[in-house]
Amino acid sequence: MRKVAVIGCGQTKFDEHWDKSLRDLSTEAGILAIEDAGIDGKDIEALYIGNMSGGRFIGQEHLAALAADQGGLLPRPATRVEGACASGSLAFRNAYISIASGLYDIVIAAGAEKMTDIKGPDAIAALMGAGDSEWESSIGLTFTGLYALMARAHMHKFGTTSEQLALFSVNNHKNAALNEKAQFPFPITVDDVLKSPMIADPLHLLDCSPITDGAAVVVLASEDVVKKLKIENPVWVVGSGQASDTLALHDRKSLTEMFATKVALHNALKQAKIDINKIKLAEVHDCFSIAGLIALEDLGFCEKGQGGRFIEDGNIELGSTVSVNTDGGLKAKGHPVGATGISQIIEIVEQLRGRAGKRQVESDYGLTHNVGGTGATVVVNIFAKEV
Amino acid sequence: MFRSSVPLLWRLKKSKYRLVGTHCSSCNSIYFPPKTFCPQCRRSGKIKEIFLSGKGKIVSFTVIRVAPKGFEDKVPYVIGIIELEEGALISGEIVGNIEDIKIGKSVHSVFRRIMEDGPDGLIHYGFKFELDD
Repeated sequence: MRKVAVIGCGQTKFDEHWDKSLRDLSTEAGILAIEDAGIDGKDIEALYIGNMSGGRFIGQEHLAALAADQGGLLPRPATRVEGACASGSLAFRNAYISIASGLYDIVIAAGAEKMTDIKGPDAIAALMGAGDSEWESSIGLTFTGLYALMARAHMHKFGTTSEQLALFSVNNHKNAALNEKAQFPFPITVDDVLKSPMIADPLHLLDCSPITDGAAVVVLASEDVVKKLKIENPVWVVGSGQASDTLALHDRKSLTEMFATKVALHNALKQAKIDINKIKLAEVHDCFSIAGLIALEDLGFCEKGQGGRFIEDGNIELGSTVSVNTDGGLKAKGHPVGATGISQIIEIVEQLRGRAGKRQVESDYGLTHNVGGTGATVVVNIFAKEV
Repeated sequence: MFRSSVPLLWRLKKSKYRLVGTHCSSCNSIYFPPKTFCPQCRRSGKIKEIFLSGKGKIVSFTVIRVAPKGFEDKVPYVIGIIELEEGALISGEIVGNIEDIKIGKSVHSVFRRIMEDGPDGLIHYGFKFELDD
């Protein structure tokens, strides 16, 4: 396999963009990424785009051709990839494989979602498509509901508290306050979380990631291209793992872990030839606070069941044991579903390039963890400054 | 939820109305919802339909307070994961007094109306769970 680097990043602000369409957002992010890479659009050989549900959110499928069309990339091959909330990371992985295999040298991986063109109850219903439509969503089991079932089970088994969950959101908001691209760039308190309305017990409104519009794009290149173009600060993909689990939550062996996270992590670490204790910087998938807490355990940052205490003891703050969600995470940066995986990668790349501004931390490696549904699809990527 | 057709509900009626699951006699696994193919034994699996008792225990539960389209009028309602006595796990609404619902409590299935697909759409029926006395 050939070595592959990320050489350019671009993303829109994550927000409710009432004045912009999905095509406006993806083009905006694409131009930023190509300018950042210092290449010309005609150098791009292929495009992969992650999007969960253009059909449900804006009545538009066939988004890959649309993106190539809008971005002036015709007639290059363009492919849409879907894996619910992990769609962005799947697009990235496909772009990565296409270069590592030797097929292409410069490829774009994009992610985009436009979620605010439909009403709240319709958006909730669209997101439920990530679960099992015959046996979960058909009975009114929402996505918050599914993660609430995990949260209740975790509390019951390990004594995890609502305060510990709230601290995950508090950490995200603290970091988002330093990120101008975040949807909610302001701090919140544990009390704010606990006093916010209950959405699905035991999860409060401020345990939940929001509905967001946004797009994110990265440019990937082969080692040959990095040398030829004399790219100054490439960030290398040193490990990439992906795994699948049962579509429905009730079919899992355990409600308090995501087995696919463990498998994806194992494969990514094996490829990178490192141990998890080398990772001091991580973007973990916190569509809900409990998802972030379970991820800390499954990724091996702490023992199973100790996630709550790990957060409480200040281990996930900027510059601590492991700096988690330095950009604000899904909770506070926002969660335009298909764009999220790419946006996580952008944060790690900018951190490793030393361009993260006020939220900059020191690290040789960075990890992204992106989950589709309740853990039926998981992608873990590891990045490094050096090959 | 999308607007459902008659065939979509009709083909699930055995399992949704009468808790028909499947059993693989090669590995002795029970599947509910039913699987037509045993993922463990693959092609050597021998799958047959079985009736499940509908009796089980609450593994976890939540109170849904913000509902999707079609369920807005029902809030708050409780959804749980139930471990059936035959071993399979399934998601289902738990009816009754919310304060009485606890992890580990015994339940049994009941046949109920699930939702109406708009004023001119289909009425979905299926199983829910009720606390044992």
